[in-house]
Amino acid sequence: MLEINCIKKTFNAGTINEKKALNGVTLKLEEGDFCTVIGGNGSGKSTTLNAVAGVWPVDSGSIKIGGVDVTGLCEHKRAKYLGRVFQDPMTGTTATMEIQENLALAARRGQSRSLKWGITKQEREEYHELLKMLDLGLEDRMTSKVGLLSGGQRQALTLLMATLKKPHVLLLDEHTAALDPKTAAKVLELSDKIISENKLTALMVTHNMHDAIVHGNKIVMMNNGRIIFEASGEEKKKLTVEDLLKKFEEDGGASTINDSMILG
Amino acid sequence: MNIMTLVNALPGSVAQGLIWGILAIGVYITYKILDFADLTVDGSLGTGGAVAVVLIVNGVPVPLAIVCAFLAGCLAGLVTGLLNTLLGIPGILAGILTQLALYSINLDIMGQANTAINVDKYPLFMSLRFIPMTILKGVIVVALLIAVLYWFFGTEYGFTIRATGCNSNMARAQGINTKKSTVIALILSNGLVGLAGGLLAQYQGNADVNMGRGAIVIGLAAVIIGEVFGELILGKHLNFSGRLAFTAIGAIIYFIVIQIVLWLGLSTQNTKLFSAIVVAVFLAVPYIKRASKNSFRAAAKKSAGNVNEKGGSENA
Repeated sequence: MLEINCIKKTFNAGTINEKKALNGVTLKLEEGDFCTVIGGNGSGKSTTLNAVAGVWPVDSGSIKIGGVDVTGLCEHKRAKYLGRVFQDPMTGTTATMEIQENLALAARRGQSRSLKWGITKQEREEYHELLKMLDLGLEDRMTSKVGLLSGGQRQALTLLMATLKKPHVLLLDEHTAALDPKTAAKVLELSDKIISENKLTALMVTHNMHDAIVHGNKIVMMNNGRIIFEASGEEKKKLTVEDLLKKFEEDGGASTINDSMILG
Repeated sequence: MNIMTLVNALPGSVAQGLIWGILAIGVYITYKILDFADLTVDGSLGTGGAVAVVLIVNGVPVPLAIVCAFLAGCLAGLVTGLLNTLLGIPGILAGILTQLALYSINLDIMGQANTAINVDKYPLFMSLRFIPMTILKGVIVVALLIAVLYWFFGTEYGFTIRATGCNSNMARAQGINTKKSTVIALILSNGLVGLAGGLLAQYQGNADVNMGRGAIVIGLAAVIIGEVFGELILGKHLNFSGRLAFTAIGAIIYFIVIQIVLWLGLSTQNTKLFSAIVVAVFLAVPYIKRASKNSFRAAAKKSAGNVNEKGGSENA
């Protein structure tokens, strides 16, 4: 479903701030794979997701989604294939628009937009039912502006929006990092539920090793813009946080381990 | 200071306010919806005026000339939009460049700095000689425009512009071409400004190369005054069409206030100074209100008060 083939990206090439962010990342996800991505700060986790999303073009390598080569497609054209949830709860939704209007925008992802009404009566009823599923009481506030919602509510809404139109690949970029632990757990549980119910292919970046082990059927660890460890299926289930820390040390990445990863 | 001179002048202020209200609604689209400070306005108003007057003088039917004024404004917006999105020039600078270029273009269109047009010789749509009729037509035009914009911003297309203005990252993630929606919003906005210019030139009986100078400030004044009054009167019930209507009302209030200060003795050469002060005050008041509720000085006072109380009780 997702084939990343030896992608490389260097930011500020040729300047004093040159940063080799991706050093030949190769990753293949089958349909229905839920892959977690861990690694220290600056290891290239989020950069990999941004490369898939097409925030900027890669320097070399190729990216295929569902068999289609999207390497040359810009961000808004690639959106057709992707659902995205960002680290910052403010990024995924439009604050000045109503909850139902945000959902309507997401329902038309990848379609050409016309002068038809931006939201129909039938959609309103559908969204009412979908919002009930979140169990946050948002179904009674459909005409409220999204700016009035809390970070957790916005993130749950973003998740719903990202999967409203079934994406080929769902990209979750540390989407619980900005939330309090309780809300983070709830949003993560919701992510699990949506992914398994819809049999989505997903790529989730996290700082929390425990979460990375518990969720999904595949795990990759990154350091210095490369994937240094990969596990799936039974092998992944047996992993412990200690195992992962050891892998880090082996690769000389120990210095990048931060508190939240150990505490996780 | 005869109160009757003021009263007699007020209908003219209302008529003028309605025409500038169209411009203000255009400014609302860029400033409020797209979040783009578009200074093209100062040029495109004159372009609309010049196009309308030159066409009418050369025998083109008035309605067609008004449509052309709208289209000329659209073209100006397109230029600013392309400078910004295709060539990466920051929004404010893109607007300034277009505005400056339009000064020359407006002179080229007219061949002179000022072209007069006489309502006795041409069947003009509106004129300061027939103020009641101008007000009636102005109200109809503004109401029609609000209806059309209410519809447009409720469509899938309108949604993309609103999303682009508020959160362009999110818009792109939803597959919206944010460059395209930026350009479309600028075209629409400046089209309305061009239309306002076409009507204003007919109303005042001439198109002048300087007619757009400071137009953006008047437009902003109308948007801000309208917002303050709209929220005061309608509160939570202020919806999108209400906001547009109050933007036009804001323009009317602005011209009435100008009329009053002129009557009180302000010289006409100082009206632009006055406009700038009005906008500055209306922009500053909400900020100062917020800041005074939430200031370090207040926090320091409270903190000092607590220490004294505590100290007092300990001593006692």
